[in-house]
Amino acid sequence: MTIELLTGGPRPPRAGAVATTAAYARRGLLKLRRVPEQLVDVTIGPILLLVMFTYVFGGAISGTTGDYLQFLLPGILVMGVLLTAVQAGVTLQADRSAGVVDRFRSLPGWRAAPLVGAVLADSVRYAATAAIIVVTGLLLGFDADGGVVGVLAAALLVVGFAFALSWLFTTLGLAVRSASAVQGIGMMAIFLLVFVSNVFVDPATLPGAVAAFVDVNPISHLVDAVRALLYGEPAGAEVGLALAEAAAVTAVFAPLTARLYRRS
Amino acid sequence: MTLAIETAGLCKRFGEVSALDGLDLTVERGVVYGLLGPNGAGKTTAVRVLATLIAADDGVARVLGHDLRREADAVRSRLALTGQYASVDQDLTGAENLTLIGRLLGHSGRAARDRAAELLAAFDLADAAGRPVKQYSGGMRRRLDIAASIVVTPDLLVLDEPTTGLDPRSRADVWRIVRALAAQGTTILLTTQYLEEADALAGRVAVVDHGRVVAEGTPSALKASIGAARLHVRFDDGAGAAAAADTLRSAFGLEVVHEPGSGTLTAPVDDPERAAAILGELTRRHAAMTGFSLDRPSLDEVFLALTAHQEVQP
Ligand SMILES: Nc1ncnc2c1ncn2[C@@H]1O[C@H](COP(=O)(O)OP(=O)(O)OP(=O)(O)O)[C@@H](O)[C@H]1O
Ligand SMILES: [Mg+2]
Repeated sequence: MTIELLTGGPRPPRAGAVATTAAYARRGLLKLRRVPEQLVDVTIGPILLLVMFTYVFGGAISGTTGDYLQFLLPGILVMGVLLTAVQAGVTLQADRSAGVVDRFRSLPGWRAAPLVGAVLADSVRYAATAAIIVVTGLLLGFDADGGVVGVLAAALLVVGFAFALSWLFTTLGLAVRSASAVQGIGMMAIFLLVFVSNVFVDPATLPGAVAAFVDVNPISHLVDAVRALLYGEPAGAEVGLALAEAAAVTAVFAPLTARLYRRS
Repeated sequence: MTLAIETAGLCKRFGEVSALDGLDLTVERGVVYGLLGPNGAGKTTAVRVLATLIAADDGVARVLGHDLRREADAVRSRLALTGQYASVDQDLTGAENLTLIGRLLGHSGRAARDRAAELLAAFDLADAAGRPVKQYSGGMRRRLDIAASIVVTPDLLVLDEPTTGLDPRSRADVWRIVRALAAQGTTILLTTQYLEEADALAGRVAVVDHGRVVAEGTPSALKASIGAARLHVRFDDGAGAAAAADTLRSAFGLEVVHEPGSGTLTAPVDDPERAAAILGELTRRHAAMTGFSLDRPSLDEVFLALTAHQEVQP
């Protein structure tokens, strides 16, 4: 042991909020690189659903598999990216169990930096998931009439919504005691919301009560907006509603996460 | 000079349990201070309060002159905590973990990487620098955890049971680190369940039980306060021992312990010369003794005596 090295040089100037947030974001990216399974795990499911639904039920639901792919892809994009958002809660809960949160909380500086940094790093995961799903869709023959701009706008909207939803999962991550519980509850919630939405079938075919729920389900609103953008149709109102809902989720759950984090 | 730690009447309850029940601590700067206590004594709770991780329900506390409640951020910038359980990121490598902490404390990327490499070398972790912490042994992880706390040298380093669960070799490594840091003037608060460890490392010790301090002082003073040496004398039969016990009580005023019928008696005697005098007197007056010994209570007995004391008067 080289004793002289134990004490460092003089204390550096305090890190600002931007620098600490960037450092936490960098950590999130490093973790993603070390554990790429995170990404594959959540992307493989939606891709399988896309392929199976298109080729097994597509003909029955829409007449031809091509028509059904055209209908289904936007919803699968939404589903895939939102499933990725669950990981935000899983990671935070694991950090807390492992004492990493204690270490971060004992450091000086902006209190929300670890949370915001992690959420920023997540945007890379969301973008990667979106890209994988869109590319798969195009390979299967999806027609993106909205063009490059439409595809990028749709991906951006979904990523933005996933950001908002990730605050809900970080709240969940701090409220329950195990990472697998976060994973289980989060996935289940997304699957339920996605199945009772307009992702797989036209709500006009549904019984009244279910159709009523589908109509108020924010996932349906997001899917409407994403479809309009990908198909190159006017999307202003749909996008506006989806963004408003994303803002509302953030306004509720970001402060709640911050509060639970301070007390964990 | 301001004190490193000053607490008065610190209380913290978890539901029914009073983890801290009026904890009073005074720790000077520049010392290694031991917080000694059995499982559940409240050591971790005390340390978490001091590191601003949880708020006390009652009482006041100052760390390096800063009020824990009002100046929490100032406390955080001068105190570093190595928790009882490792708090490094298992997915990242040792180097990445230390670099992250360096950046968070204000180092530039290059300075953070340099400091990480320096500490990894100093803690014999250079070979493992690029491996995920997941693959580290318990001892390596603990060293990395301590390294993470001194990336920027803190004014007060808090180590919560730094050697629990380590093998003797790793424990010796941690002891060397603590001594080296202390030698450079870092104030260290360390908790432990072992008096032996407090004795080896700490200049002063507070014995904590049921959330309050039951004894405080230098390790040797603590041992002396409980630990008068004891003289054991053995005779052939119980009658011989009983007669000798009477002599010791009447002639020397000693509090002799003698079980009726037993051939052995025990009396507290601090001074070996006095023991020799007593033994001389006994040989003169009584049937020949068959043996004698003079010993000190073990460290464990001291510890048990201090913490049992609290149990009888809750
Ligand atoms: N978060 C918590 N919730 C409920 N009870 C707690 C909590 N933390 C500590 N306690 C209780 O408070 C008491 C003191 O615990 P603490 O962890 O401070 O003891 P300790 O001295 O560190 O023990 P050990 O040597 O086992 O680490 C114990 O009875 C413990 O069960
Ligand atoms: Mg403890």
